[in-house]
Amino acid sequence: MSTDQTSREEQFAVATQWQLTWWRFRKHKLAVLSGLIVIAFYIIVLFADFFAYADPHATDSRRSHIPPQTIHFFDDGAFKPYVHGLTQKRDLRTFKLSYQIDPDRKVYLDVFAEGYRYNLFGLIPSSTHLLGLKNAQPEDGIFLLGTDLVGRDLWSRIMVATRISLTIGLAGVTVSLFLGVLLGGLSAVYGGVVDMMIQRLIEILRSMPTIPLWMGLAAALPNTWTVIQVYLAITIIISFLGWTDLARVVRGKFLALRNEDFIAAAELAGASQFRIIFHHMLPSFLSHIIAATSLALPAMIISETSLSFLGLGLRPPAISWGILLQDAQNIETLALAPWLLAAAVPVIIIILAFNFLGDGLRDAADPYG
Amino acid sequence: MTILDVKNLKKYFPIHKGLLRKLVGHVKAVDDVSFSVARGETLALVGESGCGKTTASRCIMRALQPSSGEINITIDGKTTDLAPLQKAELKPFRRHMQMVFQDPFSSLNPRMMVGDLIAEPLLINGMDNESERRARVRELLDLVSLPTAYMNRFPHAFSGGQRQRIGIARALALNPSLIVADEPVSALDVSVQAQIINLLLDLQDRLGLSYLFVAHDLSVVKHVSDRVAVMYLGQLVEIAPTEALFVTPRHPYTEALLSAVPKPDPRARQERIILSREVADAANPPSGCAFHPRCSFATDQCKSERPHLQDLGQGHQVRCHHARTLALQGVGPSV
Amino acid sequence: MPPILMVDLMTTSQPLLSVKNLKTYFALDDGVVKAVDGVSFDIHAGRTLGIVGESGCGKSITARTILGIVDRPGRIEGGEIWLTRQAEDGTPYQTDLLTLPLEGSEMRAIRGKEIALVFQEPMASFSHYYTVGNQIMESILLHTALGEEGARQRAIDLLGMVGVPKPERRIDDYPFQLSGGLRQRVMIAMALACDPHVLIADEPTTALDVTTQAQVLNLLQTIQKERALSVILITHDMGVIAEMADDVVVMYLGRAVERGPVDAIFYDPKHPYTKALLRSIPSITAKPRTKLATLEGSIPHPFARPKGCPFHPRCAEAIKGVCDRYEPVPIAQGEGRDVSCFLYGGQP
Repeated sequence: MSTDQTSREEQFAVATQWQLTWWRFRKHKLAVLSGLIVIAFYIIVLFADFFAYADPHATDSRRSHIPPQTIHFFDDGAFKPYVHGLTQKRDLRTFKLSYQIDPDRKVYLDVFAEGYRYNLFGLIPSSTHLLGLKNAQPEDGIFLLGTDLVGRDLWSRIMVATRISLTIGLAGVTVSLFLGVLLGGLSAVYGGVVDMMIQRLIEILRSMPTIPLWMGLAAALPNTWTVIQVYLAITIIISFLGWTDLARVVRGKFLALRNEDFIAAAELAGASQFRIIFHHMLPSFLSHIIAATSLALPAMIISETSLSFLGLGLRPPAISWGILLQDAQNIETLALAPWLLAAAVPVIIIILAFNFLGDGLRDAADPYG
Repeated sequence: MTILDVKNLKKYFPIHKGLLRKLVGHVKAVDDVSFSVARGETLALVGESGCGKTTASRCIMRALQPSSGEINITIDGKTTDLAPLQKAELKPFRRHMQMVFQDPFSSLNPRMMVGDLIAEPLLINGMDNESERRARVRELLDLVSLPTAYMNRFPHAFSGGQRQRIGIARALALNPSLIVADEPVSALDVSVQAQIINLLLDLQDRLGLSYLFVAHDLSVVKHVSDRVAVMYLGQLVEIAPTEALFVTPRHPYTEALLSAVPKPDPRARQERIILSREVADAANPPSGCAFHPRCSFATDQCKSERPHLQDLGQGHQVRCHHARTLALQGVGPSV
Repeated sequence: MPPILMVDLMTTSQPLLSVKNLKTYFALDDGVVKAVDGVSFDIHAGRTLGIVGESGCGKSITARTILGIVDRPGRIEGGEIWLTRQAEDGTPYQTDLLTLPLEGSEMRAIRGKEIALVFQEPMASFSHYYTVGNQIMESILLHTALGEEGARQRAIDLLGMVGVPKPERRIDDYPFQLSGGLRQRVMIAMALACDPHVLIADEPTTALDVTTQAQVLNLLQTIQKERALSVILITHDMGVIAEMADDVVVMYLGRAVERGPVDAIFYDPKHPYTKALLRSIPSITAKPRTKLATLEGSIPHPFARPKGCPFHPRCAEAIKGVCDRYEPVPIAQGEGRDVSCFLYGGQP
């Protein structure tokens, strides 16, 4: 046997379960790609204002419904990205603004440019942005994805919306996870009446039609609440139903593990209940919980998006994907400004990414299954 | 000297039915079983699936709470009944009786290194010094003939036989006097099975262990045990020294069981005793002798009257009305 | 009723099924597992061939290969499987099953009708949603001209024949309503539904208790005698082989290490593995508390199959520089007998 093979076997022999899981996960190319996408999205969450280039709240009636711009990357054969300037005209019959590209005017793009002021992580004042313009006139601007009716830049708004939509999902899943592990664990550990009551509660919650329930709860939120209060309330509403799945996963895993001989062996060696749960059982299904969580996240994100889209979730001036899509609700806007639908693209990408990632994690979590 | 003395052990599982979970009866998984194990002796508990042998062994280990009966364990001349003890009260006794499991894959926590697995009972029972623990683990690995370098490996790196050795090392960590082995070789390949049987015999000689050996394979039982207890539908039907039970069985069920074992000798092909029907439902056992519907010797007495365990002398006990008159065929004598 | 076909086939000296140099490999991420690597044997009408070996020896994959039902990523890499069949006019002819398309109509007609399979775990091979009667009838309706009524009657007859009590009532039971022993009987009834010539039984009694095992083995023997069936019995239990088989193939890590009549295998084993295996079986007539002869080491993982003779690291008689370098080929040892071992010649 070659030494190379021996060392590989040796490596396998001393590999922990996390390493085995990682090795298996690595083989799942789509899941790895999805993982990278998810990481990219959460980088945007952290630095949303940096990736935006225009104040997402700043309205400008002169910039209503500007279509997406094309970026030209090469100027005279050199890499020197620029956009053309725009001239606007008002159609005197329809009073609609229309924009024409001015082919003679080139406005060059700049990276790490100065822009509007914001606080990084809500703390550090900054005005640096990924993109900006170099030789700009006041009327020039970047419109990667165009603007909405009141002239707010869609790209910048999507960046900021990502922050709210993804953190609300994360917060919702955290609350669900807490409730799920707690109630699922209680259900499994105590069994009997406790188990029966928790299981019936789960069944009742699951039998409720989701949308009307949410609508009812969301409608009960007072109009006077601040954005932050609504944000927290929505988190609780969407995790209210989300925990049931996790509780079931936890309970099922707990019960399955309790029948494993290695748990019996620990019991017979005199191990305390505490040691059995925290030393033997929890590590055994932690990976399953992580997988279940990444599969639960997309549901949370969709929930927030749907609620806000229906006008029952977050309300302007908060910006979330659902709120951005609200603009695309009527057919008239869609006909005039179809680019507003771009807000749906990140929703689709992140939901798919989470699902693939969750599948990959689930398959990898059980190196023997 | 007796180390384990089980008296009238019963384990009934309630059967609930319907929406209101009304109690409609009991499965008598273990029904009035008594036997004892002497120091340094191996008692085999044999029977087919559902006969209650595993339930009985789990009750003795107090992994299950027995419905009634006594489980007397004698340690340093002091006898204690484990049956009524609470979980916390059991802990000091646990170190004296340990278990070897059937499935070498499910019995080792895949997330722990072999060294930690074997050391866990030591840690739980107060050996706080790490280097002391590691020294003991080395000793134990040596005892079960595994290289001490395997301490840092995880269970997934081992074959079934090696895992079973690790399980045995863990069971021996606390220097127990009694080992309950639940089908310890039935999940292993033949060539590996022989190694583990030899190891168990060897350890017994070296450490003076007592074994309660739960098994269904009578050939394995023949190799390891001093005495054999046969169970059928929750009851002990026959108990005798190994040689006597195999050569001169006194219960028709034992006879059928022995006859059914495929013998690895093509020249010894013979008519097997084929039992009619299947084992009765434990929730609804037959009247009289539990074995009578399948027994070719059954009489009216067997149908109505429940037989008692009668003593035939020389440690041979049998639960059959006709034990003294039947001429039954065994296997052997031993060669 | 045994069809006339059988009589004709029995009078020919041709083996009913002849397997030559069969190879089935599994291409996995970590390498190729040679699950079956050059296995050959013949089965004659009315006889039982036992294939015996420990886990990972490839005995079950051999059975699945014959039926062409190897699961992915397994691939049949080579070999021949000659099945003797009968033309319309009664003349026997032979077909190499490996030349037929795996999912073609001819292969489907052979599966179940000419070669039938009994699995180890009957519960896993039944559907939970149909009655056992439905499942037996399905095969009858598929392979014969019988109608619904006839098929049902035939299913009841079959259940009665395999010893299921009250077959006319049991036919409407679902598999989960039956005990393990009854399920295995039903499985056998299902396999016999279309009067196959060859029955492959893959560990048919491993999941059963010893007294139930005796019942099922007896049933298999009875049926075989009545129908002059050829049986391939796959098991890890040398006891079952000794009681049932006429001829034996001993397998180790994908290779057939020894082949011969049952008496010769047990009383004059040639291959060191066969010898060691026989010595390590616990015996019911042993003196209490006697140690067993052991075979050192454990079976290597199929990924890490040793070079040369796969058994050489555990072999007490291995020849250095030969067994660890070259793969032995089967050497004939008299009628119907061969052994793959350098101790019997065949220098590399």
